[in-house]
Amino acid sequence: MAEAQAAKKQPPRPPIESGCPDGFQYMHPLMIKNYGNWKYHDRPRPGVLHHVAHSGDEIWTVRVGTQRQLGPYEINLLCDIIDKYGEGYVRFTIRSNMEIMVSSWEKVEPLIQALNDAGYPVGGTGNSVTMISHTQGWLHCDIPGTDASGVVKALMDELYEEFIHEDMPNRVHITTSCCQINCGGQGDIAINIQHTKPPKINHDLVANVCERPSVVARCPVAAIRPAMVNGKPSLEVDEKKCICCGACFPPCPPMQINDPEHSKLAIWVGGKNSNARSKPMFHKLVAAGIPNNPPRWPEVATIVKKILRVYKRDAKDWERVGDWVERIGWPRFFELTELPFTKFHIDNWRGSRNSLNASTHIRF
Amino acid sequence: MAQDKPKNPEKHSTFIPKEKKSTKPFHDTPMLDQLESGPWPSFVTGLKRLAHNNNMMVDLMGQLEHSYKTRLGYWKGGTVSVFGYGGGIIPRFSEVAEMFPESKEFHTLRVQPPAGNHYTTNMLRQLSKSWEKYGSGLIAFHGQTGNIMFIGTTTENTQHFFDEINEYGFDLGGAGPCVRTAMSCVGSARCEQSNCNEQKIHRTLVNNFIDDMHRPALPYKFKFKVSGCPNDCMNSIQRSDFAVIGTWRDDMQVDQKEVKAFIKSKGRKYVIDNVISRCPTNALSLSDDDTLNVDNRNCVRCMHCINVMTKALAPGKDKGVSILIGGKRTLKIGDTFGTVIVPFMKLETDEDYEKIKEIASNTIDFWAENGLEHERCGEMIERIGLVNFLEGIGIEVDPHMISSPRTSSYARMDDWDQEAEKWRQRKQQAAG
Ligand code: SF4
Ligand code: SF4
Repeated sequence: MAEAQAAKKQPPRPPIESGCPDGFQYMHPLMIKNYGNWKYHDRPRPGVLHHVAHSGDEIWTVRVGTQRQLGPYEINLLCDIIDKYGEGYVRFTIRSNMEIMVSSWEKVEPLIQALNDAGYPVGGTGNSVTMISHTQGWLHCDIPGTDASGVVKALMDELYEEFIHEDMPNRVHITTSCCQINCGGQGDIAINIQHTKPPKINHDLVANVCERPSVVARCPVAAIRPAMVNGKPSLEVDEKKCICCGACFPPCPPMQINDPEHSKLAIWVGGKNSNARSKPMFHKLVAAGIPNNPPRWPEVATIVKKILRVYKRDAKDWERVGDWVERIGWPRFFELTELPFTKFHIDNWRGSRNSLNASTHIRF
Repeated sequence: MAQDKPKNPEKHSTFIPKEKKSTKPFHDTPMLDQLESGPWPSFVTGLKRLAHNNNMMVDLMGQLEHSYKTRLGYWKGGTVSVFGYGGGIIPRFSEVAEMFPESKEFHTLRVQPPAGNHYTTNMLRQLSKSWEKYGSGLIAFHGQTGNIMFIGTTTENTQHFFDEINEYGFDLGGAGPCVRTAMSCVGSARCEQSNCNEQKIHRTLVNNFIDDMHRPALPYKFKFKVSGCPNDCMNSIQRSDFAVIGTWRDDMQVDQKEVKAFIKSKGRKYVIDNVISRCPTNALSLSDDDTLNVDNRNCVRCMHCINVMTKALAPGKDKGVSILIGGKRTLKIGDTFGTVIVPFMKLETDEDYEKIKEIASNTIDFWAENGLEHERCGEMIERIGLVNFLEGIGIEVDPHMISSPRTSSYARMDDWDQEAEKWRQRKQQAAG
């Protein structure tokens, strides 16, 4: 019987290891034709890019904000619009904006109108606040301290006007991350979880679930050691040493780091990926201890908007947040944003003395 | 305006179908409901539309609301894979399955998008249709590593879905200690600032390590990212182990007529304040007759002036790439940028592409052998020192790799003469 069933079962299908698909098969024909031969671009209005090729060909790109997580309804709704008002070609930016390419300027306004009529904002180009890049959060991640889609939705509601207009000194990239691994990446403003209490260990489960030596090795400050607890092999954390980073939680889920009360949010500013003007920069801590307050995280929104207001008022054209702070100095940043400066802003990690002021360069 | 009543509510991001096809009653979601208002398209409304169609999404919304209420996540990992592969699926099992049984398995498939994230509407619809058949219907375009994330299905259906999309040209990305899905910017396809063929570099590199992607056996993750110019739209210096960035080594192209036109429209003060004085190496100066002079030997290819004066300035014609190795975020030693390993190389001929493949495989091989468990390539370099790494991958030292020579005298330098001689010989060889 069992044999008969096994015989009936189809042999498993071996995968075709085709790897990354060729982009050319889905590319707008003008992009294929002028590949590597573009001459210049400009932005006729917020949300629209206009590229001109050496051949004289022109292409317009309409950039659309989406909710990133799309279902069949949204996909068909947007594709219907792209088929009717565009030319059937679309791409996505690194920040989950859709870009719809068309070969004539006449098509741009009707396309924007149709997108807006369907409830989708056009913008995110040039010196705007573009879509916030986000991670998985409570929707799907196994270690999140907060949600991602919710924080982004709440903030983009607040920053809608900044998305559809271009009136910042330079582009603003905001990122969010639901744990301290910071999958959201560097941002002009980054909103990240910051745990404030050591992991709570369920000693009954450790021996079965966790590979103890690799958990010990994962801790950046060597705060974890093997121990017998209630007669069972488990792990122990030196809570004085522990920096509450949560690095032990992914390899050992019984070391719960997330806490509804004590997992807070922190805001970092001045991250920059581009090499333009200054070299790339990491973002730096400016505020912490912010409550993780779903569904709309109002305390986060207040601080982010405050920083953006000051940046908009005080920065020069083309200065990214990081460039601006380098020019005005951190004391002025804290003065202008009225954020408290604390001992936690002073780094004590390896190499930290490089971040101290070793000069008499002081602004008054 | 975004808040106005939609003209056609049936075709709007706020649309909720009247007919409910899912059999399970909805959970109360008072917190999530608050994320339906406001001008930005709501993912919650999207989830609700899906929950009208399938019970899995009904319970998924229940669990998400539970997370919002208790401020905790309830997914745990596990092992799920498709036949023949060791990675590419993110398994998710619910820890609160007794309350939300229909979404007790909610796995994600990481699928590699076409290089440059180009799609036709037909292909988007096809992918969506396949996923509606075998999964929750919910797709994230894209995850932070660059994958299309097909979110939410059972163990059994991961195989069926993969089989279906694999037949029409899509393959899984990486998950676990392996080469991960790569990313490349739009580049040559639409950007005049591009200095390389991002599509080709992206696919050449990642598809060369397809075995290392599908069968995780490296110390930790390894990411390739390709940006066409130093604006680095793919964030490759901070976010990839192997960053390939387009650049040029001859003079930048200046169209003096367009320079004049730009000055005429913006004013001389604007140009001085926003272009000339913002060059990080003071490589620009404006002459009395409004022509622009570029000190190309001192231009560091930062892109700023080209970004501002898109019509007047462009990268040079002798294009190629720089390679930086070892970028990553905090875990575990703190953030590291990538370091210049190859200041410039041409990428035109087949031999050039063979060479970049070789640099990548030497890097991965050396790291696979010398990296500790869960140690990224950049962390290994920090631990063993750049010179040991360079020796391991067979690349000579070069002053472009540093921002300054050492300041500490604590080093042994007994074979200084031999090393200085090597440098002289390399110079001579290069001279011809
Ligand atoms: S939370 Fe971080 S510092 Fe504390 S024990 Fe875990 S890994 Fe170590
Ligand atoms: S690209 Fe940057 S470094 Fe080069 S001239 Fe322009 S502003 Fe100066």
